[in-house]
Amino acid sequence: MFYSPVRTNAAEVAKSDKLHLFRYVEDPEQVKIEKFEEHGGYVAWKKVLTEMEPVQVIDEVKNSGLRGRGGAGFPAGLKWSFVPKDSPKPRYLCCNADESEPGTCKDRVLMERDPHAVIEGMAIASYAIGCHQMFIYIRGEFAHCADRMEKAAKEAYEHGHLGKNIYGSGFNLDMVIHTGGGAYICGEETALLNSLEGERGMSRIRPPFPAVEGLYACPTIVNNVETLASVPHVINHGADWYKSLGTEKSSGSKIFSLSGHVKRPGNYEVELGFPLKKLIYDEDYGGGILGDKKLKGVIPGGSSTPFLTPDMIDINLDYESLVEGGSMLGSGAVIVFHEDTCIVWIIKRLTHFYRHESCGKCTPCREGTAWLEKLINRIEDGQGKPGDVEKVEEICGNILGHTVCPLGDAAVMPILSTLKLWRDEWQYHIDYGKCMVKTDFEFK
Amino acid sequence: MILTKESVNKIREKLQQYPKPKSAILPALTVAYRQAGYVDEGIYKEISKIINVTTVEIAEAATFYTLFAKEPRGKYLIQVCHNISCALLGADSLIGYLQEKLNIKIGETTEDKMFTLVTVECLGSCSTAPVMQINQDYYERLTKEKVDQVLEDLRSKA
Repeated sequence: MFYSPVRTNAAEVAKSDKLHLFRYVEDPEQVKIEKFEEHGGYVAWKKVLTEMEPVQVIDEVKNSGLRGRGGAGFPAGLKWSFVPKDSPKPRYLCCNADESEPGTCKDRVLMERDPHAVIEGMAIASYAIGCHQMFIYIRGEFAHCADRMEKAAKEAYEHGHLGKNIYGSGFNLDMVIHTGGGAYICGEETALLNSLEGERGMSRIRPPFPAVEGLYACPTIVNNVETLASVPHVINHGADWYKSLGTEKSSGSKIFSLSGHVKRPGNYEVELGFPLKKLIYDEDYGGGILGDKKLKGVIPGGSSTPFLTPDMIDINLDYESLVEGGSMLGSGAVIVFHEDTCIVWIIKRLTHFYRHESCGKCTPCREGTAWLEKLINRIEDGQGKPGDVEKVEEICGNILGHTVCPLGDAAVMPILSTLKLWRDEWQYHIDYGKCMVKTDFEFK
Repeated sequence: MILTKESVNKIREKLQQYPKPKSAILPALTVAYRQAGYVDEGIYKEISKIINVTTVEIAEAATFYTLFAKEPRGKYLIQVCHNISCALLGADSLIGYLQEKLNIKIGETTEDKMFTLVTVECLGSCSTAPVMQINQDYYERLTKEKVDQVLEDLRSKA
């Protein structure tokens, strides 16, 4: 059975009465339904089906303050409440497991090690919105996650948690495991729905929003894996308990994927509002910078979020603090890099990625990312001409806010932040025809 | 016919799960790709007959997604992530090492048709970088020693 060797803080979570998502992820038996049930699994689902009305479920999640963990941070309960009550059409729930934002590797751990928690969360959300067929869209590369989810779904049917007339309530619910074809854009919810319909993964113009017209033009809710895995805990412990975790506006706990130049990369579940510095330097988390080098910068929420310099990292990891500090919480992917890293080299990597992943639907993103890649490659190679840096800035300005979906913004926000924070380093490439810092990372 | 009876049955099974047959395009392509190692016009036609969706609709989807190779590759497709988290931990040097070791360049296949080497975008394994995926399997926290071992194991298995 495939099991990623990724580090988690499950031991710490098990001792805490607040953290909950990672409690059993180091128990290899947790993937089996018997163990999951023994650990209190499907209790929330049963409670919801037998004791609660859908509107009560929505209210509970609304009151908990749970927000989307995929990147946008939209309140989950509020999203659910947008499904029209009087629509005669079927409703659908899609769990977004197209985890592809560079730096992010948390949903994979949940699917791999606690697949039933994902199913339970999906089931509760389905009941809340009146859905009888739920989908999980898993990125194609995660073939092992899809296998794990298939197996778990089969067990859930056998144990009567899915299927017809669940727990004698009269409620029917089916689950479909769907795998993608390797396209970052399909993590954007409308592109995901197109892809699920068998189309090219291109985003749709909104409105209509998926909650009104989503999959097959029916009301559809798309939620991230981690968001849904949090839902059973909200039901089990109550909205007030969940609200007591984290900060006033960012309640609950969240998984942060720590990667790059740290001594202990891994996935760490912490309460929202956790200090970023502690995550990077504390011995129980990142353990400090690789080779005890000097920190140069941090990308706090996945590759689409604005960068932070060392003097900006005295900041707490919650939605509001990061916006105030000039960035975003995003998907919670904290990427750390040290002094030996050329800033234009990082941007070259990322811009290649966004150019490759642009779906091609709208001109500013399709053409703009290609122009950016060409220019930035030239600058990084030392072939940049006077005015190139200004040109990069101008193209970014013509993409930002002018595209159908957030991919365009995602491509330029990191660039713009580095132009502000490390302008001298960009200019150095033009003036001297070489990088200010030689970047050469040896694989050992 | 390229698709085996088993693949056809798998596609039929998938088809039944969806409210609309077009949704079965990606699952069908996945089944076909896993069996054949590539997809092409001939395979689109075969899928078209099974799920009753036009060939052009299948081609339209297939050409958008990078996962489905459009021509045969080596027995083992080595996909090395070169995105940011892996790059910070030496992905370039890993790619160089693999090129040297296999004596091929990125995009090429070894003469014995055993290995094809490609670079890919983020594989979602950033906290265990550097990482590569060979066919369906992930290989994480790579070191030279580990890469040597993996290649040797695959060679002896073949």
